[in-house]
Amino acid sequence: MRIHLKVWRQANPSAPGGLVDYTVENVSREMSFLELLDLLNEDLIARGEDPVAFDSDCREGICGTCGFMVDGVPHGPDPGTTVCQLHMRRFNDGDRLTLEPWRARAFPVIKDLVVDRSAFDRIIQAGGYTSVNVGGAPDGNAILIAKQTVEQAMDAAACIACGACVAACKNASAALFTSAKISHLGRLPQGAVERHTRVVSMVHRHDEEGFGSCSNEGECEAVCPKEIPITNIARMNRDYFRAMLVSRHD
Amino acid sequence: MLDSKVPGGPLAEKWDRHRFESKLINPANRRKYTVLIVGTGLAGASAASALGELGYNVVSFSIHDSPRRAHSIAAQGGINAAKNYQNDGDSIQRLFYDTVKGGDYRSREANVYRLAQTSVSIIDQCVAQGVPFAREYGGLLDNRSFGGAQVSRTFYARGQTGQQLLLGAYQSMMRQVERGTVKSLTNREMLDLVLVNGQARGIVCRNLNTGAIERYAGHAVLLCTGGYGTAYYLSTNAVGSNVTAAWRAHRRGAYFANPCYTQIHPTCIPVSGTEQSKLTLMSESLRNDGRVWVPKQQGDNRPPEQIPEAERDYYLERRYPSFGNLVPRDVASRNAKAVCDEGRGVGESGLAVYLDFSDAMGRLGIDVIRMRYANLFDMYTKITDEDPYRVPMRIYPAIHYTMGGLWVDYNLMSTIPGLHVLGEANFSDHGANRLGASALMQGLADGYFVIPYTLAHYLGSTTFQAVTTDHDAFREAESAVQARIDRLLSVKGSKTPRQLHRELGRLLWDEVGMARNEAGLRRTLARIPELREEFWANVSVPGPHNNLNKNLEYAGRVADYLEFAEVLTLDALHRTESCGGHFREESQTPEGEALRDDGNYAYVAAWEFQGLGKAPVLHKEPLVFEYVKPTQRSYQ
Repeated sequence: MRIHLKVWRQANPSAPGGLVDYTVENVSREMSFLELLDLLNEDLIARGEDPVAFDSDCREGICGTCGFMVDGVPHGPDPGTTVCQLHMRRFNDGDRLTLEPWRARAFPVIKDLVVDRSAFDRIIQAGGYTSVNVGGAPDGNAILIAKQTVEQAMDAAACIACGACVAACKNASAALFTSAKISHLGRLPQGAVERHTRVVSMVHRHDEEGFGSCSNEGECEAVCPKEIPITNIARMNRDYFRAMLVSRHD
Repeated sequence: MLDSKVPGGPLAEKWDRHRFESKLINPANRRKYTVLIVGTGLAGASAASALGELGYNVVSFSIHDSPRRAHSIAAQGGINAAKNYQNDGDSIQRLFYDTVKGGDYRSREANVYRLAQTSVSIIDQCVAQGVPFAREYGGLLDNRSFGGAQVSRTFYARGQTGQQLLLGAYQSMMRQVERGTVKSLTNREMLDLVLVNGQARGIVCRNLNTGAIERYAGHAVLLCTGGYGTAYYLSTNAVGSNVTAAWRAHRRGAYFANPCYTQIHPTCIPVSGTEQSKLTLMSESLRNDGRVWVPKQQGDNRPPEQIPEAERDYYLERRYPSFGNLVPRDVASRNAKAVCDEGRGVGESGLAVYLDFSDAMGRLGIDVIRMRYANLFDMYTKITDEDPYRVPMRIYPAIHYTMGGLWVDYNLMSTIPGLHVLGEANFSDHGANRLGASALMQGLADGYFVIPYTLAHYLGSTTFQAVTTDHDAFREAESAVQARIDRLLSVKGSKTPRQLHRELGRLLWDEVGMARNEAGLRRTLARIPELREEFWANVSVPGPHNNLNKNLEYAGRVADYLEFAEVLTLDALHRTESCGGHFREESQTPEGEALRDDGNYAYVAAWEFQGLGKAPVLHKEPLVFEYVKPTQRSYQ
């Protein structure tokens, strides 16, 4: 197959960027989308040109490193799929595709398709954990947890922090990411202890980092490669209001 | 002679005794010690959080944009622990025994015993962190069985156990970042180790986003940088995993132990096409319910559903009736290669065997199988465009894990004082073959439960000269790093680093892969220096050095594989016995199983770097088995 690409090229965070046209020949159906970019880069490197910068690591959809817009959709057209797991059999010979980085004030572009997602770490830093030191944990079976509860916690814990939810949102909100962690921990008895303080500090940090508000349009859920539902956001909002009422008396 | 510093006393009491005899650091003094931790996988993140909680001044380095992306995240199946929650005969002693036997009697007994002891606390710690391990309906933790064991001791979180354990460790680490005890530096690649008075006192890194070369000083350095499987180009490792930090430390004097012990995982998605950048593992847990088979007849290319039961060879069940499909990884991989070599492989390439779930789906129902493996089946479908609920999976072995690594003593300290090595980056616990679900256990044991004690002892019993990054040793290391980068950029050749890496990988896979022989290893040793020469004469590294340049990062890593591959091959050549993942064709039983030579090879081979192109010096640590008697491993 032959694939035509328009790729966002931006030399560094302060340089102006723009779309550049490339054509990649000899694309096979078995290739992943990132292998298509590898192929393009091999050609650029052999010609002594600066290859297209894009992030990737595990290439099996679990590390959350990769991600960019394919024709305006985070991770491309397949639902529940990171771009490393998107395969070229999804496309046709001669297709024209536009690749752009995540666009959000809280995710500044570093180069080409690579953005700075460190704001996510800082949201976790604000309370995305249980405050237990190594050493004093009780036996793992000391607390019984209903199977259904663990399954729901696991559904939320499956978030890979890729940033697609932010890229899809017109407000560049990270509500889905933040609420997934709040649900994961808040649903479990181990995390219930800090449920109120956690939600308040994580939501505040989310806002401080420059992410926008959620306006319940659900684009985030539609593009999430782990299909994390926006009911987590509703749950976060309930937790937040409850915590604000409770914490006033603290 | 290498001193493993294994404490005296009975096996079961060694660790307790050692902890009591180790020096402690007063809580008020801990913040005066700076600990540099390179890598943020299970070992690095758990060490950073545990040491931060204790009050040390920790600086953590990651090549990723977030500590949470380290490759531990991709581990699927589970983590072992000797909890005996299933009342099926498990114990610390049995986990210890299984691990020593599974490692084909090439690991250090005292380390393995300690690993089995600490396994119990790991589960408790992870549960307290909120790791959503699978539960039974009654609310108790669930277990599954895994290769190489006859008990169910594997804890799991769907097929994402590594992800959930890493998030637990990462979140604990971020808690310490918020408290100021841990400083997290992402997008940093360690390119050299700095020694002052023979002690590891710092590192030189490249800031991958800005290209700046940075110096960091501390009282100890912890390398938690994973294995070297990516030397083979195609592996199940992440494309960013690399040997550079460990190799740079080796060049500075840390011995490299048992590099020829590489694990080839039996259940990976087969190679398709030439541009493939990595292989994907399908968790070994699938072998609990999947049956491995090939056609009995050579060249039988009927679709699997048209091959009648009587014409199928369930070769693992046939050859190993007591373990069946759950034989250890090395045995399963070698058998897959053997049936494909006989011309009975399946799929287009003939380099695959079937992993068939139809029996289990008939017995348990499709919903149970979906509950257990849905994410793995989905991943398989995405990659191969085939539906394993309807047709058997096709699988083939691939490089997955490396048991070898930097040599460490019982305290996890390398031959360089102050340089500690944790997790897959060290060599210590898995011998010549690692059992499934034991890598996660080792990474977390090292970080949460071992290093807090042994590091305190090192710090408390060592005199430190005041050292800043202005010291000459830092200047020298930085200019060496800069010179190497300049050299990479100046070649301006016509081959890409990937082309050269792929060539090296193919060579290693063919000659230092699942089966090795003297002639092939000698050919490889002759070829590697030629490839290295070609690299430095003809590599193309365009683009800026003072900015994000992933190709420059990659080129530096490929240059290191081209050095490392030599000691890997040399180690495989010198060890004329077969053991675990190291199979020398010259040394096999009449049934084709690995034949050890305990009389001559019951030792750890630790190699000392002598300079590029010079033969490294071999140091031996004899392995003494006081509690487990080495026998011919049998899973029949």
